[in-house]
Amino acid sequence: MIVGHLLRYVFEPGFFGSGPVHVAFAVGTVIAITSAVVGVFTVTRGQSFAGHALGDIATTGGSGAFLIGINQFWGYLAFGMGAAAFMEMIGVQRRRGRDVATGVVLGAALGLAALFLYLGTQQSSTTGASFTILFGSLFAITPSTVPALITSALLALATVVVLARVLLLSSLSPDIAAARGVPVRAVGVAFLMALAVSVALSAMIIGAVLSTALLIGPAATALRVAKGPARAAATAAGIGVAAVWLGIVLAYDSFYWPPAGRGWPVSFFVVTLVVGGYLVTYLRRGERRQAAPESADAGADTEQACSPA
Amino acid sequence: MFSGLMLNTWIAATAVAVIAGVTGFFAVLRGSTFAAHAIPNGAFAGAAGASLLGLNPFAGLAAFSVAGALGIAGLSRRARHDVATALTFVMMLAVGALFVSWSTEYAQEAYSLLFGEVFGVSTGDVLPILVLGVVSIVAITVMFRPLMLSSAMPEVAEARGIPAPRMDLAFLLVMALATSMTVPVVGALLMFSLMIGPAAAARSLTARPGLAMTVSVAIALITVWTGIVVSYHTNWPLGFFVGVMGAAFYLLGRAYAAGRRHMAVRASAATSLVRGVLTGPGPGGEYG
Repeated sequence: MIVGHLLRYVFEPGFFGSGPVHVAFAVGTVIAITSAVVGVFTVTRGQSFAGHALGDIATTGGSGAFLIGINQFWGYLAFGMGAAAFMEMIGVQRRRGRDVATGVVLGAALGLAALFLYLGTQQSSTTGASFTILFGSLFAITPSTVPALITSALLALATVVVLARVLLLSSLSPDIAAARGVPVRAVGVAFLMALAVSVALSAMIIGAVLSTALLIGPAATALRVAKGPARAAATAAGIGVAAVWLGIVLAYDSFYWPPAGRGWPVSFFVVTLVVGGYLVTYLRRGERRQAAPESADAGADTEQACSPA
Repeated sequence: MFSGLMLNTWIAATAVAVIAGVTGFFAVLRGSTFAAHAIPNGAFAGAAGASLLGLNPFAGLAAFSVAGALGIAGLSRRARHDVATALTFVMMLAVGALFVSWSTEYAQEAYSLLFGEVFGVSTGDVLPILVLGVVSIVAITVMFRPLMLSSAMPEVAEARGIPAPRMDLAFLLVMALATSMTVPVVGALLMFSLMIGPAAAARSLTARPGLAMTVSVAIALITVWTGIVVSYHTNWPLGFFVGVMGAAFYLLGRAYAAGRRHMAVRASAATSLVRGVLTGPGPGGEYG
């Protein structure tokens, strides 16, 4: 997990001169931007659960790849995309049915994760293995993997940007989209694949928790404050990058904080910043929207996302 | 296989399967599968906090799962359910990461909370599990009808004076209760698989609520019992068998439902044809 590595580098004097830190910052920024932009569509389409589940599933793939001794990168990607395809296959089109399909696939993947960890501990007896599932793998980014990482992330980002219009239309009103000749299902599959790639990468680098936080938090916040999809995406990217950078700085400052005196985890700061930012939008916009029923609220979100900038 | 500690395992696992089958049925019906994942997993942070303070992990699990339920229900009033769940969940996990970073020897304990220690249930653990299990079942039974109505037809329920947000909170609290009881035994990951797989399979087998819930419990029991036997003999983790069997049951259920729908369509087409010839249009099949 890069955060772990960052944490260690943060405490070293040569922090801003160190090569691995530059790599970490570059990759972290790319991940934050990709997650935020993909997240805007994830939130609009109501696929947060899939967004989180794909991260956990991809992590399972990573431990599987580790077990059989191939590059974890491919394990993450293969499991993430395979699970996305499987969810799409068994997923019913209704939102509820989709979440059940996601749940079933996630349940099976977590079963596999238990098996992989068991087999892994048989081999090497690492007690911290369970944290791989929750807080991401202890995967060190080697500079040689960086091009592949960034290319995949940019591909996912490009897919979403290119599809932005049809995605919004088919999320907002599948019937109208279909009537206008948009292949709604194919667009959905393409988006799910882009989501899988983006989430798999971020789960590998920053862990499943931060991956979900950066996917949903900035996007949900941006959709509340920004008008129009393009502005929402830009705002979300800004929030994501700011949260990551500020989180790293705070983790640096926390080195002498109680109780342990060895720094608080970066993930704690980033998640707190992201969730805090989201909550602040409610203070700012006051009590204008009282207890809206879920469906009406969902409509309002997409409406806001689709209104012209 | 049935002596000493193993007897505790059988009793605890059976109780867990019953409660997972019942709460899972509503989780699937309401589309709250994300909450079913988030509450048990996020609650682990509470156990981390409790171990830090030297308290009983049960207390931490209960506190955090209830806090999670309140957070999801509270945020859902203003935002989409899945967004509210995601944000509550990551916040709980982040606090968990903080607790873990403060403590020095937590890794092993966290492992057992994620994956459970179903083969190490002590006699002292069995009683609280049974008590909490009975409380959860009674709670679900008491609110069965309003919960059912609110889950299947929220508008009708609102019209009859059953507010959806309140039912949502009530259900999430029952799930939190069930979670704090089951997570130490079977682990957070397995609890999730056990809630979703059997219930989703049962839902695709039958549309009748009472029957679906019974089938859900039955499948959960079969899954856990088979899992324990196989796990006992192979030494592979129980979570693996439960996760894979849950998904397998779901796929079987879907295949069966598709087959039956196919038959029903054909049968009803044939029936209407005959009836149409004799008397006029007749009712369609159950799934038509």
